[in-house]
Amino acid sequence: MTTPDPMAEIRASFFIECDELLEAMQDGLQMMDDGEDDAETINIVFRAVHSIKGGAGAFGLEPLVRFAHRYETVLDGVRNGTLSVDPDLLKLFFRASDHLSDVVHACRDDAPVPTDEGASILSELDAYVDGGPEEQAEEEEIDFQPMGLSLDLDLGLPPLDSMDTSPNYHITFTPLTEMFENGNDAFPILSALAELGEVNVTCHSERVPPLSELSPESSYLSWTVDLTTDVDEAEIRSTFEFVEGLCDYSVSSSTASGDASEAIEQLEELPPFPDEPKPTRSDAATETEPETKTQPDPPKPRSGNGQPSNATKAVVRVDLDRIERLVNLVGELVINQAMLAQSLESSGLSPHSDAMNGLEEFQRLTRDIQDSVMMIRAQPVKSLFQRMSRIVREASAAVDKDVRLVTEGETTEVDKTVIERLADPLTHMIRNAVDHGLETPQERAAAGKSSEGIVRLSAAHRSGRVVIEVSDDGGGINRARVQQIAIDKGLIPADSVLGEAEIDNLLFLPGFSTASVVSDLSGRGVGMDVVRTAIQALGGRISIASTPGEGTTFSISLPLTLAVLDGMVVNVADETLVVPLNVVAETLTLSSDNLDEIEPGMRVVRVRGGFVPLYDLGYQLGYRTAPTSLTDCVALLILLEDGGRAALIVDEIQDQRQVVIKGLDDAFYRAPGIAAATILGDGQIALILDPSDIIANAGEHRSAITVPVEMEA
Amino acid sequence: MSDAEKTKPVELLTFQLSDQEYSLDIMCVREIRGWTRATPLPHAPKYMKGVINLRGTVLPVMDLAQRLGLPVTDHTDRNVIIVVKHEDTMSGLLVDAVSDIIALTQDDLQQPPDAATGSSPGVIKSITLLDDRMIRVLDLSQIISTLQSDAA
Repeated sequence: MTTPDPMAEIRASFFIECDELLEAMQDGLQMMDDGEDDAETINIVFRAVHSIKGGAGAFGLEPLVRFAHRYETVLDGVRNGTLSVDPDLLKLFFRASDHLSDVVHACRDDAPVPTDEGASILSELDAYVDGGPEEQAEEEEIDFQPMGLSLDLDLGLPPLDSMDTSPNYHITFTPLTEMFENGNDAFPILSALAELGEVNVTCHSERVPPLSELSPESSYLSWTVDLTTDVDEAEIRSTFEFVEGLCDYSVSSSTASGDASEAIEQLEELPPFPDEPKPTRSDAATETEPETKTQPDPPKPRSGNGQPSNATKAVVRVDLDRIERLVNLVGELVINQAMLAQSLESSGLSPHSDAMNGLEEFQRLTRDIQDSVMMIRAQPVKSLFQRMSRIVREASAAVDKDVRLVTEGETTEVDKTVIERLADPLTHMIRNAVDHGLETPQERAAAGKSSEGIVRLSAAHRSGRVVIEVSDDGGGINRARVQQIAIDKGLIPADSVLGEAEIDNLLFLPGFSTASVVSDLSGRGVGMDVVRTAIQALGGRISIASTPGEGTTFSISLPLTLAVLDGMVVNVADETLVVPLNVVAETLTLSSDNLDEIEPGMRVVRVRGGFVPLYDLGYQLGYRTAPTSLTDCVALLILLEDGGRAALIVDEIQDQRQVVIKGLDDAFYRAPGIAAATILGDGQIALILDPSDIIANAGEHRSAITVPVEMEA
Repeated sequence: MSDAEKTKPVELLTFQLSDQEYSLDIMCVREIRGWTRATPLPHAPKYMKGVINLRGTVLPVMDLAQRLGLPVTDHTDRNVIIVVKHEDTMSGLLVDAVSDIIALTQDDLQQPPDAATGSSPGVIKSITLLDDRMIRVLDLSQIISTLQSDAA
């Protein structure tokens, strides 16, 4: 509705830049924490803070400037060697960085800036540098120079001599005989020039021969015009548009006129004249002068104004909406291609015909395009992990534990949407690890462990999925206590006999919380069940492994993208459904040889010596009643998220293909056992199954005897 | 109600449901399309017909008659799906047939008597008379939001 405000755009890009700078700053601090406190690392941090301050000044974001400035002062002390980095200072730096990013985000969202935290950090920072009050004074001065660091603006500008604010052009104009032959005249051109600004026209008649030699059809006159105007050179040249090639002419700025008038022909080769220098630019350039004077920091390398120079790749910032659109279009392309393939096949063409060969090539290309588009959306998990390091710092401070976060695989790339939606569950898991996973320092000492607890956060690609693990080196899950709590809370029957994995899985039950004391961090009633729901919503699975005395590991396995899926297309009760291929271990044909019935209604299939529970997909989805005879039916052996197996009976397996995932609107109705939907070649919608959910819900539709099924429900 | 509000024009899309006349504010109607077979959702409430493909997006469709507890008629070719947008959610409402677009003012709309709302409270926002026929104006937010609580 409102027209885009150019300032708002610049502002937005400043905040995007801020995010990058904050990331660079975090990186630098992390490197310092890892013992790499060389000058360049400190410089990176310093530059990041400095650039944020500069930009903030330009936008008049006073709180940001003030905080960044004082932070920067201390960093500068480290940089020029007057301060040495010790762990305490480093911790303060981390806190200051966290606060800085809070202030940046508060400024971005026009939210109130948190001041209490800032004040305490600032006073701690000031304690490190002498002359606190003096700094205060400097800061005031900075506020009066909000145009601070617009130095970048002078990049690419022409040398100062061409920055004359009243531009003059020197134009020479020599009509050739042909010009007059074509019916053109010199006068309209000269008067057109006169319209552009103030002109001083000189006619050169030296070449006019004596009357006896004068040919009436030849051109002897030439003109020079000194033009003072605001229009740019291109516009002046456009005056000569109609006589191009019919005259010799040149346009040059008056400063270059010395050369120009001598070599008219060469003037075309002059370097392109820069855009009209605008007065504001020269203002910006001159205003940087007083700014540098007010800077309290004597050694100020020019590079301090730019981005950190190390390892910068050429990057294009693209509006996410455009990528979304591209992804959607590619999705349509895939669907259309499937439709085309279907109609070509049904038209009975030979598989060796040109059309079919072309189709194959088309399919390959489509797939390549799809992969490439998906890669655009992929982002390293680094930014996410950095947020987690902050969570660890805050969480460990809150519960008074000494915790170190070790991250691995930061460069692992995951779909942007996945990263965004992973932040909350991961935060929760990290807090859990610090709060519940790690023991208190006393307990650690008693167990003979180092007082510093370690939380490990890793990401890796594993067979087409991303596996993110959160592990701690704490005491592991106290299974007896977990089971007791679950019994006390009435979540499981008191006499249930559970295996280790089953007890661990109790943590995912809604309403389960092991902390006997509700701490600041966790125990707000949001449990691991919420984490699991969030992960499942992303098409992922979560599992636990725990060794008493050694720690607990939570593994999250996620699809690389939320946009496409390799699926097996099956028919059940006249409906077409898609089963994610990654959970299908194999297909089975049922016969009297491998079918068994444990008790009425509870059938199992024997797979290489093991018994696997059988479920009829059509019945589980409520599409039909349970079939009586299963002989000769086809079943899919499904790998469940808890490591178990189950077999789903389907009517027919159609195909195995890549499908485009279309989200189902959960707000409307959340269908159990259904993850998403896709559009088939015939334009019909097919539902994409979540087999684990179906089997988890199966307990509601039949009396199952296995405990995990009850638990999952 | 101020005079300005009273005379505020309202355009309603009227349609047939089990021989009764209903209507929706035209501003929430996005399009009207013919009946296509919907893919049923497992274990969905009866009135959820399923989902259809609306130019590449998945559109949930509900049988409005069933939703309102009216007798269900068999689907015929005249059945249409009214695609509506409520807040940011698009959904389809299966109705028997679309009749007309009528222009009224707020003044013409009456509050339904409490007793008339019966078992589905709030679903009828207001009623109006047109050529001696009663036309019920549906409250879309009620239809959608009650649905959510039903599903939960």
